[in-house]
Amino acid sequence: MNKRTLEENIFKILMMISISIVVGSLIIIVALVIINGGPALTLGLLTQTSSGEFYLGSGGGGILNAILGSLLLALPATGLACVIGIAIALYLQKDFTHSWVAGFIRFSLDILWGIPSIIYGVFCFLIMIYLGMSASVLVGIIALTLLEIPIITRYMDESIKLVPIGLKEGAYSLGSTKFETAVKVVPRQALPGILAGILLGLGRGIGDAASILFTAGFTNRIPSSLLDSTAALPTMIFQLSTSSLPIVRQKASATALVLLLIVFTISILSRALSKRYMKYVIK
Amino acid sequence: MSTECRIQIETKNLNVSFHDNHVLRNIDIKIPAKKLTAIIGPSGCGKTTLLKSFNRLLEIQDDVKISGQILVDGKNILAPRLDVPDIRKKMGLLSQKPYPLPMSIHDNVAYGLRIHSNKNKGEIESTVEHCLQEVGLWNEVKGRLHDPASRLSVGQQQRLCLARAIAVEPEVVLCDEPTSALDPLAAQQIEKLLLKLKKDYTVVLVTHTLRQAKRVADHVIFLYFGMVIEQGPADEFFNNPKNPETKAYLSGEIS
Amino acid sequence: MNRRKLRDFLGTKLMLVVTVAISLLFFSIFFLLLFKSLFIFEQHSLAEILFSSSWNPGFNQFGLYPIIVGTVLVTGIALIIAVPISILSAVYIAEYAPKKIRKVVRPFIDVLAGVPSVVYGLCALLFLVPLIKDVIAPWFGIETTGYCILTASITLAIMVFPIIISLCVESFHAIPLSLREASLSVGATKWETVKKVIFRASAPSIISAVFLGFGRAFGETIAVNMVVGGITRTPSTIFSPGQTLASLIVSAYSDMMSSPLYESALMMVALILFIVVLLFNIFGIFILRRAKKRWNF
Repeated sequence: MNKRTLEENIFKILMMISISIVVGSLIIIVALVIINGGPALTLGLLTQTSSGEFYLGSGGGGILNAILGSLLLALPATGLACVIGIAIALYLQKDFTHSWVAGFIRFSLDILWGIPSIIYGVFCFLIMIYLGMSASVLVGIIALTLLEIPIITRYMDESIKLVPIGLKEGAYSLGSTKFETAVKVVPRQALPGILAGILLGLGRGIGDAASILFTAGFTNRIPSSLLDSTAALPTMIFQLSTSSLPIVRQKASATALVLLLIVFTISILSRALSKRYMKYVIK
Repeated sequence: MSTECRIQIETKNLNVSFHDNHVLRNIDIKIPAKKLTAIIGPSGCGKTTLLKSFNRLLEIQDDVKISGQILVDGKNILAPRLDVPDIRKKMGLLSQKPYPLPMSIHDNVAYGLRIHSNKNKGEIESTVEHCLQEVGLWNEVKGRLHDPASRLSVGQQQRLCLARAIAVEPEVVLCDEPTSALDPLAAQQIEKLLLKLKKDYTVVLVTHTLRQAKRVADHVIFLYFGMVIEQGPADEFFNNPKNPETKAYLSGEIS
Repeated sequence: MNRRKLRDFLGTKLMLVVTVAISLLFFSIFFLLLFKSLFIFEQHSLAEILFSSSWNPGFNQFGLYPIIVGTVLVTGIALIIAVPISILSAVYIAEYAPKKIRKVVRPFIDVLAGVPSVVYGLCALLFLVPLIKDVIAPWFGIETTGYCILTASITLAIMVFPIIISLCVESFHAIPLSLREASLSVGATKWETVKKVIFRASAPSIISAVFLGFGRAFGETIAVNMVVGGITRTPSTIFSPGQTLASLIVSAYSDMMSSPLYESALMMVALILFIVVLLFNIFGIFILRRAKKRWNF
């Protein structure tokens, strides 16, 4: 075997090792969560709220407050982010604005995408203190909305960019105004990409802990108003993991299992919906 | 036609499919050594596929099935467990659009040399100079050998690719419509080069302009919808075609 | 003015307002953090903060040096682990993997990217901490609780894999087939083609991917906080506990309300975090955009 083939074979082996590490990591994560959390994943866990004892031992309720909290935070946040995202994405179409402004807007969205979620949390926290509010569902929603806006907007923007210009011209020739075309014709065509973005944003919103840690607070109760603080799945996991008791950690894993299931379902849903709506897309 | 012509490349029952699309059917051809063989035919009939099967470049794509035999100097290059880079070294490739490698002019030509031979720096430099002179590029680039190759004009890039190909001393030069992306002047330069090259190398030229084939070919293969319709020495082919489809193509009825 | 035109006008203006507000968001964040940090700058100089080695807010000591060291170590080691593995994986996926394997592996990478950081932290806690405490550290003859720099680095490395891999794969795919053919046709092996042609052609994208991965690693808060140990002393080995800038913000959260100076110090930490991540992301994005224009993907 000559030197060149030898080098190639060595690197091929390294490549196989690398890809195994990557794939293996995911497998280990899923396995850990299932094995460690499985025993604790009872109906009781899902249907009761937590209490003081929940963090100290095997009894004390469940994570219902966290589950509901997560939904209460992430769904409205995603909705708000969608509305804002559509507004920005439609604005970015060439017909509305000149090149360099659009470039700047896209650039700042790229930057916002990369900002660590803790910064959004800190930002909203500071404003919250300044306004004299306390950690609550409302502030948490705002933090998550800011977090999701770059993701959702980028997907919407990219999808709308792909809409062929002939389609818009067709609408104009039938008498639509720019705004009407923007709102009625374009989104349909860009639907698969938009849906993917929305679901991706939702997944991020449900899974993120850093942004809501300071802003949504934590409580064992189910929040009864927008101004109540609330637990959420990520913050619940965070709390439970710090315990030194294996039983409590099992609960953390069970919660993580619930969270992963939700996130994976969203991901699968996103792919399925994209495929279904691809039929509307004109190539 | 001379009967002492050695056959450099021969295919036996060559079949190629792409994604279950049967592109080449039962190809049996003979390509003579040290002559220019033109593969002609309408677009999309498999000419490029046939060309790229000779240096086993087809297999880098997904879903390709190749069966049959391709004999180069009597040895089947489709046999299993062969050293493919070695096979490819014997064949140089000139593509439709020039693709200079992302490096300097000098390094482009030296690329193959550095991989295959143990020459030292000085020897490499003189080989590079020799190859660039062979393709008529030396005088135009000798002052800027270390500039990126992407700065050359399209015609110069194509000649550079030719220099890169012959630097590793192949026996065959495969050309896939090498002038189609060039302006008429550059195209003429390439044609002249091909005529010069055929003295030392076997040249296989895929072209879809009949006139080009008439200008340069010694031997012609006519491919239509993936099948060989007719092949033979250029004189006979152009002046005395035997097959009705050949006649139709030559007279411009089908194109 | 008729109704439709009015609606059109208002609609457009509304979009404009929203767009402007969001575009300027990062300026707002920057200035707010800066404003909040001013207080601590009145009491301590920047040099003092960055270079003095004790972080003891209760005693009015705000030396970030140990935490900066911790951050550099954790992020640096994470990248040293992640970059080679990611690039090799990306090469495998783009150049070597048979179509069937490629179809299976791509979703794996996407799924890995979607796992929440809290879950990474939890798994690191359950798996890596005991592993390092009971197996790896003793092998080196060192004692550790397992909550240390190395654990945080490995966790971060895994989190960064999907970012670098998917950017690299995208950039490898954008390179035209004919360029590979040009290299292969002079008799180069596949690996030589990867080494000398593909890497060269995608160098800007790879660099950009590394920058973006770095930004992600630097800013990761939750997972690191769960396993790094939270000790604000300069770590002596990678098996020592430590603290990072991002993780500090979370650790100190409940304490910071106790004094405005403390709060200001933490806002400054957030500011530093924000600026560093911003710079790396800007670099990364710029290089990526230039590469996209060049190769049209």
